[in-house]
Amino acid sequence: MVQMLTANRLIDGRVLYWKEGGWVETLEDAERFTDTAAAEAALTAAKDFVARNLVVNPYLFEIKDGRPVKEREIIRAAGPSVRTDLGKQADHV
Amino acid sequence: MYRYDEFDARFVRERTEQFRFQVERRLKGELTEDQFKPLRLMNGLYLQLHAYMLRIAVPYGTLSARQFRKLAEIARKYDKGYGHFTTRQNMQFNWPALKDVPDILGELATVEMHCIQTSGNCIRNVTADHFAGAAADEIEDPRPVAELIRQWSSLHPEFSFLPRKFKIAVIAAREDRAALRYHDAAVEIVKNAEGRTGYRVWVGGGMGRTPYLGYVVGDFVEKPDLLGFLEAIMRVYNENGRRDNLFKARIKILAHSLGETEMRERVLREFKEIKAAGYLQVPEAERARIAAYFAPPEFETLTDEPLPTDGDLGRWIANNVAPHKQPGYAIATISLKPIGGVPGDINADQLDGVAQLMDDFGLTEIRASHEQNLVLPHVRQKDLPAVFARLTALGLATPNAGLITDIICCPGLDYCDLANARSIPIAQEIAKRFADLERQEDIGELKIKMSGCINACGHHHAGHIGILGVDKKGVEYYQLLLGGSAAEDASIGEIMGPGFGEHEIVDAVDRVVEAYRKLRQPGERFLDTYRRLGMEPFKNVAYGEQLHAAH
Ligand code: HEM
Ligand code: SF4
Repeated sequence: MVQMLTANRLIDGRVLYWKEGGWVETLEDAERFTDTAAAEAALTAAKDFVARNLVVNPYLFEIKDGRPVKEREIIRAAGPSVRTDLGKQADHV
Repeated sequence: MYRYDEFDARFVRERTEQFRFQVERRLKGELTEDQFKPLRLMNGLYLQLHAYMLRIAVPYGTLSARQFRKLAEIARKYDKGYGHFTTRQNMQFNWPALKDVPDILGELATVEMHCIQTSGNCIRNVTADHFAGAAADEIEDPRPVAELIRQWSSLHPEFSFLPRKFKIAVIAAREDRAALRYHDAAVEIVKNAEGRTGYRVWVGGGMGRTPYLGYVVGDFVEKPDLLGFLEAIMRVYNENGRRDNLFKARIKILAHSLGETEMRERVLREFKEIKAAGYLQVPEAERARIAAYFAPPEFETLTDEPLPTDGDLGRWIANNVAPHKQPGYAIATISLKPIGGVPGDINADQLDGVAQLMDDFGLTEIRASHEQNLVLPHVRQKDLPAVFARLTALGLATPNAGLITDIICCPGLDYCDLANARSIPIAQEIAKRFADLERQEDIGELKIKMSGCINACGHHHAGHIGILGVDKKGVEYYQLLLGGSAAEDASIGEIMGPGFGEHEIVDAVDRVVEAYRKLRQPGERFLDTYRRLGMEPFKNVAYGEQLHAAH
């Protein structure tokens, strides 16, 4: 199982992804965990960012064939599917 | 329209400053998220999929041009240039940053707006008929009563920590445009046999996981007794409501487990006690003071004229304009359901454009309706062509009010953290499928309502056709419900059967509608035909090939 770690930034609510001890803004740049123990360790490390009031609600989600398994995570990573001019997808064009 | 008194203004100012301080403390780390969350929710601030979401209260859906301009300004400055009108006559912004929210609240306060009571287990923003003060069929304007309830409930300490949220609606017409029977409590202004005006009080309606229709607990409550009577209901609820189980905490559960007779008895008993203890009676003078704020604009003496029937203007008038109680005036609905657009969304330029239109035509107020449209309540009939031309230029003249493409739809998985499935794209596809106006007009009144999860923000239980998004092992599915209504003939829709896939649901709706067109008798709406024939004939066609494939 491949997993990724996400959270929302406290100050503006924006979606963040975990990469090597810190956060990046896009799913493409984020770290993929093939090892459950590594994923859990990252989640524990992320809780430190919660304690420091930088992010809220960190959690792991599953990836398959390079895409999140859940539609919810696909939409979070991109932005509203009905407004492709908004959200992270808008920065890609 | 209602103006804040000194007290309201100070209260809102204080709340804004209090929240500014709370946000500062949160950002500095002096409050944890667990401590902060209830505080932000009390100020209408949620965390959604992509960002925070701010819900702004619009009591009884009434707004001024000045407020519209302020919303436009906020949309541009702090958001992404647009906002969303909800089924609770609120407005939501989808992208505010936490650090900016105190400033947004400060801006809102300058036009007497706020986000209080848009969340939490309190008496929420009171809603009213969006045709209030204008409808040809109303007894009196219901908003003064809604305002009275708002003032009474706003700060009532006993009601800030209810078992669960509590929603109240007020209407004064026979035609129910405010989904009365789906509210925790509702007040219907009625006349008794002697011609005296009083209140019929309903209790126990709701949607969500377990939908119920409210029933009458007070047949005729005299005017001065209203708050005492409502207080009796709240006390019965406060004492007996289930605080142990979130899903059973709404008054609908209590009301329907006690049953009508027992509930009535308890409320009456409580009401007697309140009366004996000497209770809050609302003196005539106070009611008159509040009513004065809602005094209608000074109508000119005009006569009704024959309205244009030709062309695009005629179509818009036929579908979007309703009779007014004042001769020479009309009520105009501005549809926020352009074909293929996002139901309820409006951008900053449109907000400004509508504000300008209001100023230019002497329109002092506009309403947000629970159907996620806007209403200009007092338009001179002779101005209709010019108003229509303006709306056309703003992209707001879709002539589909009450038709099949006038779909109520919650944000669903495109924005909402609780969603199971997307709802907006399905609404858009349905609207495109039925875009042909002649077909829409032939189909007539048909209300489609859709939610992205069981919370029912999109009123799916009350749709003539309801659609509920569900998650089936990670895939979006859509359940079809038929036969619901939120009007005076209220009913709860019935689930047809197994859900439809994302690419099947629009075809299913199409087949159901076509079956209606074949089966209807003269004068029957979809709902009438469904009530006459039941689910079977519709179910037989809805699944089409799919059903055969599944067997
Ligand atoms: C996007 C953020 C939203 C969240 C997190 C949210 C959450 C909820 C929840 C949890 C409930 C069920 C509560 C209960 O039954 O006790 C609910 C009910 C409701 N929501 Fe929302 N909602 C959201 C947006 C909206 C929008 C956009 C609308 C209007 C289109 C709306 C209108 C309603 C209505 C009318 C109900 C009442 C259903 C009832 O009577 O139980 N909500 N909402
Ligand atoms: S019905 Fe569900 S998906 Fe839709 S807005 Fe409400 S909570 Fe979100």
